[in-house]
Amino acid sequence: MNLQAVRAIYCFEMARAGRTLLQSLVSPVISTSLYFVVFGAAIGSRIQEVEGVSYGAFIVPGLIMLMLLTQSVSNASFGIFFPKFTGTIYEVMSAPISYFEIVLGYVGAAASKSAVLGLVILGTANFFVDLHILHPFMMLLFLVLTAITFSLLGFIIGIWADSFEKLQLVPLLIITPLTFLGGSFYSIDMLPSVWQAVTLANPVVYLVSGFRWSFYGISDVSVVASLVMVFVFLGVSLAVVNWIFRTGYRLRP
Amino acid sequence: MSHPTATVSSPATASSAPAAEPAPVIEIIGLSKRYDSGFEALKQVDLEIRRGEIFALLGPNGAGKTTLISIICGLVNASAGQVLVDGHDNVSAYRAARAKIGLVPQELTSDAFETVWNTVRFSRGLFGRKPDDAHIERVLKSLSLWDKRKNKLITLSGGMKRRVLIAKALAHEPEILFLDEPTAGVDVALRRDMWEVVRELRASGVTIILTTHYIEEAEEMADRIGVINGGEIVLVREKQALMRQLGSKQLTLQLQQPLASVPPALSHYPLALDEGGSVLVYTYDASDPNAQGQVPISTLLNDIEAAGIRFKDLHTKQSSLEEIFVKLVRERQ
Ligand SMILES: Nc1ncnc2c1ncn2[C@@H]1O[C@H](COP(=O)(O)OP(=O)(O)OP(=O)(O)O)[C@@H](O)[C@H]1O
Ligand SMILES: [Mg+2]
Repeated sequence: MNLQAVRAIYCFEMARAGRTLLQSLVSPVISTSLYFVVFGAAIGSRIQEVEGVSYGAFIVPGLIMLMLLTQSVSNASFGIFFPKFTGTIYEVMSAPISYFEIVLGYVGAAASKSAVLGLVILGTANFFVDLHILHPFMMLLFLVLTAITFSLLGFIIGIWADSFEKLQLVPLLIITPLTFLGGSFYSIDMLPSVWQAVTLANPVVYLVSGFRWSFYGISDVSVVASLVMVFVFLGVSLAVVNWIFRTGYRLRP
Repeated sequence: MSHPTATVSSPATASSAPAAEPAPVIEIIGLSKRYDSGFEALKQVDLEIRRGEIFALLGPNGAGKTTLISIICGLVNASAGQVLVDGHDNVSAYRAARAKIGLVPQELTSDAFETVWNTVRFSRGLFGRKPDDAHIERVLKSLSLWDKRKNKLITLSGGMKRRVLIAKALAHEPEILFLDEPTAGVDVALRRDMWEVVRELRASGVTIILTTHYIEEAEEMADRIGVINGGEIVLVREKQALMRQLGSKQLTLQLQQPLASVPPALSHYPLALDEGGSVLVYTYDASDPNAQGQVPISTLLNDIEAAGIRFKDLHTKQSSLEEIFVKLVRERQ
């Protein structure tokens, strides 16, 4: 195991985040605060409690998930796309590193960043609403697993994309809509039954539901289903990454 | 003709080679590359690189130089064939193989916002070596980059960026260094500095493989020269032998009186008149004094004197590697 290399990549990526601290930390915090002002205060004052939880508190897990998904994907996709784009990737590809170590370095860094970000947003939310976390361990587990899974997805997107447009396309056209429609701001019960069925095909629903359960003990789908889904995503992402490296797809002509 | 290296090895090279040849540091066997586009960039390449030598790979644009280097370094997958780096297969034993290699790519690439120091340190870590700031300091100093160590890469000139790439390649103390056109776009003074660095590296036991379009560079630096064209190695030879063997020499005499034609008394020599008869040119093979129709220069000069021809000046010229190279590539087209 070339731990020096994993460390080099990991630290390089973390240093990059440090240089763009404003972008990587401050802006998500500001936009989350805006969500709270708009959804929590303005709209929340007109909505009664959802399943015994105030609306402001109800949306916290969904908001964290929203940020976690979008930031994991954008962090990780950019982290691998950029060296590919500038050509500096040659060095990584010529180094005595295994695929696993490359993924560990890049995805590990992206996942750490978004997990930290998730916690920062949790701290920010604490200013606006009264938070209780019923199952802190499960909360962390969901947080970390989601960060890793979607960083892997971002990594895949970063390798697949051969232009900046494509790099933006997937997050814009797929991730964001799925998260908004994934029950971040409402309980699925609020929807007409046809739409409830459709929504269950949205994988993000399971993440938000499970994450919310770890806070308040309420969920749209069973926690076991949520956990299973997280691991299914993780497995699929790992399989795709494995295929990418085995075939050299877009990395080794 | 599937093994061009075998066909070009002449008795001259065979006799000059040491009796017990040490194992080559890189062994390339039947290497072929067909890109996804269907283009065949390498065709059955066989090549051995000797330990500690400077090997210059010459060839026109698109000949396959970068492709060959990229396969050895693990950037491109081969379609067929094998590469052994110090005995390690570069696919199945990629860790051992790649750890020995440093690569300076043809394209200038850099992480714009990194500092020189950090980027070189990063390279060392990437190759699995423990941090060694003293070594990095030595490398930066040898490349005159020490003063720039805190500069961001984006602030450096092209020549300096090139040197940073060399520093990165040397950060993990490789035994083999690939330089893909290291002096492209580098001014004369800096080019001389780089040659010096390369010579020092060779002196410390590093094997160096470089590609270049500056023939003088190969002439100046290389121990052996390989010529690649259209994905095939068309020649591999000791530089000295190559220059001797393929280099014909010319003796040029500036005449006092122009001649209308070569006098009959001298017609058995391969003589030619030039510049309206004021220059007499004698072409001969310097490497083989006993070649057919060839006599010692002094004999020729005596005969010219006897024919009543007076000359003001004379000089000789050996054909450069460049001429040899151009001739070779043309012959193959
Ligand atoms: N990724 C690729 N896909 C398809 N064809 C490629 C690819 N990379 C290189 N080629 C082709 O392979 C041939 C050899 O390219 P290569 O870069 O090895 O040449 P080179 O000898 O290094 O040339 P130069 O002196 O211009 O650097 C060229 O015709 C090139 O167009
Ligand atoms: Mg090239």
